[in-house]
Amino acid sequence: MNRATVFRFLLVAVGPTDADDVFQETFLAALRAYPRVRELDKLDRWVLKIASRKAIDHHRGSGRRPLPTDHVPERIGAGEPEPADEALWAAVRALPPRQRVAVVHRHVLDRGYDEIAELMGGSLETARANVYQGTKRLRELMA
Amino acid sequence: MNARDLKRLATRAEAERGAAAAALRLPELAASAGLLDVAVATVPSPVGDLFLAITPRGLARVAFASEDRDEVLAELAERLSPRILSAAEAADEVRRELDEYFEGRRARFEVPVDRTLIRGIAREVLGATARIPFGRTSTYGEIAGRIGRPRAARAVGNALGSNPIPIVIPCHRVLRAGGHLGGYGGGVERKQVLLTLEGIAPSV
Repeated sequence: MNRATVFRFLLVAVGPTDADDVFQETFLAALRAYPRVRELDKLDRWVLKIASRKAIDHHRGSGRRPLPTDHVPERIGAGEPEPADEALWAAVRALPPRQRVAVVHRHVLDRGYDEIAELMGGSLETARANVYQGTKRLRELMA
Repeated sequence: MNARDLKRLATRAEAERGAAAAALRLPELAASAGLLDVAVATVPSPVGDLFLAITPRGLARVAFASEDRDEVLAELAERLSPRILSAAEAADEVRRELDEYFEGRRARFEVPVDRTLIRGIAREVLGATARIPFGRTSTYGEIAGRIGRPRAARAVGNALGSNPIPIVIPCHRVLRAGGHLGGYGGGVERKQVLLTLEGIAPSV
């Protein structure tokens, strides 16, 4: 089980400040459901699927509309964020949750569309659309 | 915006560090939610790293470094519970007793033992083995006699070889007749080291 992959996903999908908490929620949910899982070779993808749902719930449940004006949280283990990164963070936070999650799967973890569809529980077309819309929006915000 | 820029927001190195820190918090949260069935930890020893598995009932498994870690984990998942977390502090008591044993300050282990992984005839064999005191030895034949199956020396050997909790259940104290070393699940070199530590010098 590659926990670093899950953490990397969460760092961008929910942001550095909340990544740890959502990581805990993800693995507690995984432990809770564990006895039903028999396909150990698919464990990675399964935990990442839970993390995807938790990331989306996190944005919805907290009632937070991610705004570009949010303060930029401290990055773990790094110094001051580069100004360019600050702008990119603001753009990422401006994305609707599903687009943000899809974009992170595609561009940070390099996952294929079929896998993104499986991870997010939707169709291939929806996965493509979420990645496309999210990426387009990021480009507009960064232009 | 380039797609590659997004990777810069969370580098692999940052993810590794963050995940390692987050994973330290998890066992306590899981335990308080009643979701931790097996805690695993690695402790160093004079016979190499020991991989320990501890359940709420006690120490269930001691694996030598020569055993394939993934296979051991798969066995724990299959036979105990798949809810396994690495939790160093769960092993504190076992670690302390092992340290004392290897320093020659402990002759018997007091940590509770979970015998779930011991099945069939091995229950009797390892039960009898657990009563061999520090610094003393027995033979496969004697153990067979003690469990009332005097002709089952070979089965005794097999049961000892499958001991899931070596060192703590001292199968290294069982030798072949005539003082010959015999076999050992962790390799005869380790058996030799353990016996030497207990002041026994068997012929090889």
